[in-house]
Amino acid sequence: MKRFINDPYDVVEEMLAGYVIAHKDYVELLTEGEAQGRVVLSKTAKKKDKVGVIVGGGSGHEPLFLGYVGPGFVDAAVIGNINTSPSPDPCYAAAKAVDTGKGCVYLYGNYAGDVMNFDMGAEKADEEDDIRVETVLTTDDVISSENIEDRRGIAGMFFVFKAASAKADKGGDLDEVVAAAQKCNSAMRTMGVAMSSPTLPSKGGPIFEMEEGDMEIGMGLHGEPGVRRGKIEPADKVVDQIMEPILADLPYVEGDEVYVMVNSLGATPMQDLHICFRRVAQILEAKGISIYKSIVGCMASSMDMAGMSITLVKLDDELKELFDHPCDAPYFTQI
Amino acid sequence: MSDYILDKAYFIGVIEDLVVLAEEKKDYFIQLDSAIGDGDHGMNLSIGFREVNKNLEQWKTEDINTIFKNSGTALLDKVGGAAGPLYGGFFMKFGLPVKGKEEVTFDEFIEMMESGVAIIEKRGKAVVGDKTMVDTLRPAVDALRKAYKEEGLSPKDAMKKAAEVGAAGSDSTIPIIAKKGRAMRLGERAIGHRDPGSASSAAILEVFYKNMP
Repeated sequence: MKRFINDPYDVVEEMLAGYVIAHKDYVELLTEGEAQGRVVLSKTAKKKDKVGVIVGGGSGHEPLFLGYVGPGFVDAAVIGNINTSPSPDPCYAAAKAVDTGKGCVYLYGNYAGDVMNFDMGAEKADEEDDIRVETVLTTDDVISSENIEDRRGIAGMFFVFKAASAKADKGGDLDEVVAAAQKCNSAMRTMGVAMSSPTLPSKGGPIFEMEEGDMEIGMGLHGEPGVRRGKIEPADKVVDQIMEPILADLPYVEGDEVYVMVNSLGATPMQDLHICFRRVAQILEAKGISIYKSIVGCMASSMDMAGMSITLVKLDDELKELFDHPCDAPYFTQI
Repeated sequence: MSDYILDKAYFIGVIEDLVVLAEEKKDYFIQLDSAIGDGDHGMNLSIGFREVNKNLEQWKTEDINTIFKNSGTALLDKVGGAAGPLYGGFFMKFGLPVKGKEEVTFDEFIEMMESGVAIIEKRGKAVVGDKTMVDTLRPAVDALRKAYKEEGLSPKDAMKKAAEVGAAGSDSTIPIIAKKGRAMRLGERAIGHRDPGSASSAAILEVFYKNMP
């Protein structure tokens, strides 16, 4: 295993300890009581009278979720064990920490464990502190199900976080923040490809077996299956196979304007991402779809998994305004 | 059989053995979960039961319900994921039918099992055939009741039967497609793999049986 860790049981705590020191201008770690040292809180949370935006999920997907905590962006990130949703108490503690009386929204991927724990956290916030907490599940992974509501959330979560946070920062009420998150989620599709398994610290090796030189088109953030496995092909061919289902699903058509993200799953270098992005741009140009803005980088990873995902968000004036709204978090700044 | 009593020492023994189980079977559960999930099941149970073990000594003076409630809360708090709310829920509700008691009859024990399994079914919204821990637990608790109340088996034999039925229930997850959790997205590729939750549930039932006087 090519990883730098100490005791596998300490990975999450040690990562968080480093993170809050490295980014001490932005964040602090809530350590008392229910927070259990698993809530990364923006130092500007509660400095403004606004809806609280809380995101979260398992560790191992950095900079998702903690990297987007900061002014104009997310107020708190709730951090679980590796590939495991956080427990209900930190979810509750996050709501208590960021609520200014205007309510909060939980934003996360559509995974069974996350739903159970965040729902229990929301119930507690409602029962004990009368905090209204709404939830929007991200369902951008186009290939994970025919039914949109069954789809899992992957790299596109970033955009949902951004849209909702901007709406909250601009003074939107809870219903408006929820609507912005839903609108972004509906306008967005993602699909990925993986060429290796991440290595699990507790196991000291890969989660699943993948032959050297193989790739799997459509694979999820935790190694969930895609549409086909085969030998690694040239970048352009791989991108073509990903773009086709994405474009057909929404569908994205001539005249559309999109925000594009080409995201590394952890082990794929910037060089390769830009080669892939180049192909995405060619395909979009041929279709008469214009690129408004792009992100090429590592925004939602799966530890040291080799691979990438492509996300397209179909824009309208409101979404553009939300994505252009200033924010400043350790792993994303919009001026 | 009305003089058959399960005392606090039995239940503490069960929890102590579950702590051992979580360590011993950690790699096995990780391996099962790696095949069709995200590999965290073994580590999560280990994290949860280490937390239980840290506090068990000071809980020993409490009644049976409180010991299990505290253990369940520790699992819920430390584990997260799906296993936290499910096993946490099981332990939190397990002692509820015998609140305040220091020892229980076998009839009460069956109600405790039912209470625990019911919350797993409710929280997980799963039924038999979904390829989850319910495939182990539901048939096991049904078999337990039937073996003791209808077939006239002794308590220990009834629990043995329940553990066997649970193990068979876990086996039954191997050839089927998952309908819940992360394995749900695997479709046909989940076929041929044992559900990790069903395996840990079967192992837990075995501990309840082996500790019976």
